[in-house]
Amino acid sequence: MTYVSLTPFDLALAALLLLLTALISFAFRLGLERSLAVAAARMCLQLGVVGFVLKLVFESGSLLATGLFALMMLLATGYEAASRQERRFLGYASYLLGGAAPFVAGLVASLFAVGAIIGSEPWWAPRFFLPIMGMMIGNALAGVTLVLDTITSDVTRERGAIEARLALGATRQEALQDVLRRGLKTGLTPILSAMAVTGLVSLPGMMTGQILAGADPVDATKYQVMIMFLIAGATGLAVVLAGLVAVWLLTDERHRLRLDRLAPQRNS
Amino acid sequence: MLRVENLRLPPLPSLSFEVADGECLSVEGTSGSGKTRLLRALADLDPVSGLVFLDGAERGETPAPQWRRLVRYLAAEPGWWTETPRGTFSAGAIESPRLERQLANVGLTPDHLDRDIGRLSTGERQRLAFVRAVLDEPKVLLLDEPTAALDSESAALVEEQIQFQLHAGRIVLIATHDAGLSQRLSHARLLLPKPRDASAQPTGHAA
Repeated sequence: MTYVSLTPFDLALAALLLLLTALISFAFRLGLERSLAVAAARMCLQLGVVGFVLKLVFESGSLLATGLFALMMLLATGYEAASRQERRFLGYASYLLGGAAPFVAGLVASLFAVGAIIGSEPWWAPRFFLPIMGMMIGNALAGVTLVLDTITSDVTRERGAIEARLALGATRQEALQDVLRRGLKTGLTPILSAMAVTGLVSLPGMMTGQILAGADPVDATKYQVMIMFLIAGATGLAVVLAGLVAVWLLTDERHRLRLDRLAPQRNS
Repeated sequence: MLRVENLRLPPLPSLSFEVADGECLSVEGTSGSGKTRLLRALADLDPVSGLVFLDGAERGETPAPQWRRLVRYLAAEPGWWTETPRGTFSAGAIESPRLERQLANVGLTPDHLDRDIGRLSTGERQRLAFVRAVLDEPKVLLLDEPTAALDSESAALVEEQIQFQLHAGRIVLIATHDAGLSQRLSHARLLLPKPRDASAQPTGHAA
């Protein structure tokens, strides 16, 4: 099996399918043609830039370049996490919480992967470290978004019950333990179902990519299994971090519920 | 003795007052005047500046959960977090020999502890919450409309229990619209001024 490099002409051919979708939108008057064009252009531009930058980073192979790219991931995660949340925390907490939890968890899992499992030389070799870290952060971010949404909507809805517990002398941990547990459970659901159906319903993107690039399917499978375990670990860590910090931010040292630290509900 | 010094609940003027053991202060005022905010502030459920002393100990010096075991706020709409009321009582309260008697005092039976919260009437829930609030014998009771959802018969039972708490030396603050109740129970009244309606304010300058 050999790796087939794509020419610009090949890509233009693939774009014909996008045109088909645009035609459907036009025929049914969905009005999505413009959005489709913008989204497709954004995708090309973003991937183009990332591909180019990654090429530079891989060629330099330096720790500094790898670190800078990871830093860029952190900023993008923080921004993305904050914009995904339905009810945000006021101030910087939203960015910090949403960005730091997936990033820290992703970093730990990726370090473990390159250090203990793959054993790449040097350990920060960007060809291994950055793609793995990207997958970790992306999945952890999905979990964290769910945890934060569950917790913020639950504390708002169950304010009366939580304050009744506080009024009876419960600590903030006791009063919010049900909310926290529900949040963590919700955050862990996607990776659980992903592990259960993977290979049956869909071939994971990474495995598909490896196979297309000429790797042996069994080898690709091994990589995929490792990635799934890593994702499960990173998600678990990120979800717990985000949940604990959210509970801590929603209460204060006098064990009061502080819903005033949430931004007002967004009008959608 | 409960002593309050310079409690700031804008737009109210700063509040200072004392309530002696065994006495009841009724907090009166129209809706929105700050009755609930005052009771919540005393239980330290909202950040409010000012000093609140119970027998010489200031609220900030006592760990908050400990403070709320002594200064108990009972909301007008009590909160529940399990399917039946039983789970919301502490283990100590459930085993307490006083529980059955306290329930009977307000016209309930132990059977009510195991009914679905959703199937209990508003009045039954309010009386269960009253029992839950007094069972561990807090020194101060902050009662927010404790009889609002009750028929006259149940209201009389709860009133009798509040009276009993006062005889036992507890301090009671009661926010109520029931003029008769506050007249019969209270030793002093705190009348909160009508909140100024911002839209009714004459504006100095036209924009």
